[in-house]
Amino acid sequence: MRQDLRTFKNAAWLGWQMEANWTDPFLFAIYSVVRPIAGTLILVFMFLVVTRGDTENPFFSYMFIGNAFYMYVADVLFGVTWVIHDDREHYMTLKQVYIAPINFLSYVLGRAAIKIAITSVGVALTLVFGVVALGVRMDLLRIDWPLFLSSLAVGLACICVIGLALGGITFLTAKHGMGINEGIAGIFYVLSGVIFPITILPAWAQSISKVLPVTYWMESLRRGLTPDVMEDIGGHTGLGDFSDSFLMLSLVVSAAVSFVASIAIFRYADITARRKGKIDWTTAY
Amino acid sequence: MSESWAMRNLRAVRGRAYPRVVGANREPSWVFFDIALPLLTVSAYAYIYKFMDPARVELVGYVILGGAMTAFWLNILWSMASQFYWEKEIGNLQLFLIAPISRMSILAGMAVGGLFFTTVRATATLLIGIFIFSVSFSLQQPAMLIVVFVVTMIALYGMGMMFASLYLLLGREAYHMSNLMTEPVYLASGFYFPVKQLGFYVAAGASFIPITLGLDALRQLFFKTGAADGFVSVELELLVLCVLCVVFMVLSKLSLDYMEKLGKATGRLTLRWQ
Repeated sequence: MRQDLRTFKNAAWLGWQMEANWTDPFLFAIYSVVRPIAGTLILVFMFLVVTRGDTENPFFSYMFIGNAFYMYVADVLFGVTWVIHDDREHYMTLKQVYIAPINFLSYVLGRAAIKIAITSVGVALTLVFGVVALGVRMDLLRIDWPLFLSSLAVGLACICVIGLALGGITFLTAKHGMGINEGIAGIFYVLSGVIFPITILPAWAQSISKVLPVTYWMESLRRGLTPDVMEDIGGHTGLGDFSDSFLMLSLVVSAAVSFVASIAIFRYADITARRKGKIDWTTAY
Repeated sequence: MSESWAMRNLRAVRGRAYPRVVGANREPSWVFFDIALPLLTVSAYAYIYKFMDPARVELVGYVILGGAMTAFWLNILWSMASQFYWEKEIGNLQLFLIAPISRMSILAGMAVGGLFFTTVRATATLLIGIFIFSVSFSLQQPAMLIVVFVVTMIALYGMGMMFASLYLLLGREAYHMSNLMTEPVYLASGFYFPVKQLGFYVAAGASFIPITLGLDALRQLFFKTGAADGFVSVELELLVLCVLCVVFMVLSKLSLDYMEKLGKATGRLTLRWQ
């Protein structure tokens, strides 16, 4: 256990160096902020085009908060997958890490942890920017902290294990790992009620939405962080009939299913990659 | 028998374009990754417009056109600007440098090949998006549309050729630079909303990126309401794009020469893993 923690800590430190030491801290801070803010402003301008500046509309806050927390989905999924790809193809160090007497999962999760930390800064700054500059409705005194923090923790753990599954697939593919990763993240973006309620989707797509853990994650995060907004929106989100506790239960169950499936996929991919000699495979992609 | 300088360079253009035109299409998985993935983002943004204002169908059309055009910008960032950097990393750059050809023909080959396969993918995304969301177009000046598209692409790939040299001066920063120029450029160039919403000065500032004016002009030519949402007239946008074509071609040659000179002086041109 202590060795796993040490592996985790050192992997996180390595991840931080790889993420940040290419430039000075000031430039890195700007880099870390500009991207998420720009991505969010695209949606803000789209909203303003349609509503002609009505940021009081509860759906503005709904969309803004969903998009801010979606950064975790995109960045963490990408981060975990990229560990395998980057170490194997670019730095060509995966084989040394793999045969080192450490827990490989601890190493991957350590690298992912720093991604979560950096993304958390981006999410926090985006939310502050939204509240201060754009009038996103968020009352600190009204936040349901237990619901928000518990759903944040369960959701992040879920995203990490889905990332592990995709990391496993990256073991077996030359370049498709990143595309599959983007595809999964894109499916979550469209079908999980990230920036619009799932009720606008066709019925068949709504059925898929209701088995995706991110759908429940987004809804519970919003209910925890902006209960006033969610009250104004009412049942339009498609999950309005769910009580908070049932919503959390749905999130936990879907996260548990994701956990079992992801670990199975990672184990299978790991064994297959070892048998086929793909751990030190380089393809120049 | 020795061939002429021009013929040798034309062969270099063809040779560098070949892997992008033929090689890329030998990998059928691109159908999913290069068409379906952009459609996911396009669909998400289209649903926002459909949800907020179902009556303004043209906004969905703007998103689909913008989403298709993202393929060109991503191609510029990852397959033009970053390309010399990747070539350096895998050891091809030194072969390019000692080959008896102009380095501009290598860049031109990259541009021609990239333009071809990106056009195929962007067209597929556009057509599927139109089909899924039942968007109607109003093509009243097809010749002008083709001219605007061609001029936009020449200016855009000229910019990509310039970036290719400048990126070579970077190390790992190249990857981050491309990341940094994705969402902010989508925002500044109005990929998913009419660029005039940003205000005149911001939109004018963003016009040095050729796709800003190109996309705005294409929207004006594609949609009935496009002119009302347009930044400036199509004729003026075409004129500015023509100027950008010349400017970026000249700058790409200058930056290539500068990169080569600096690389020789510092000995870093073929140094990997910086």
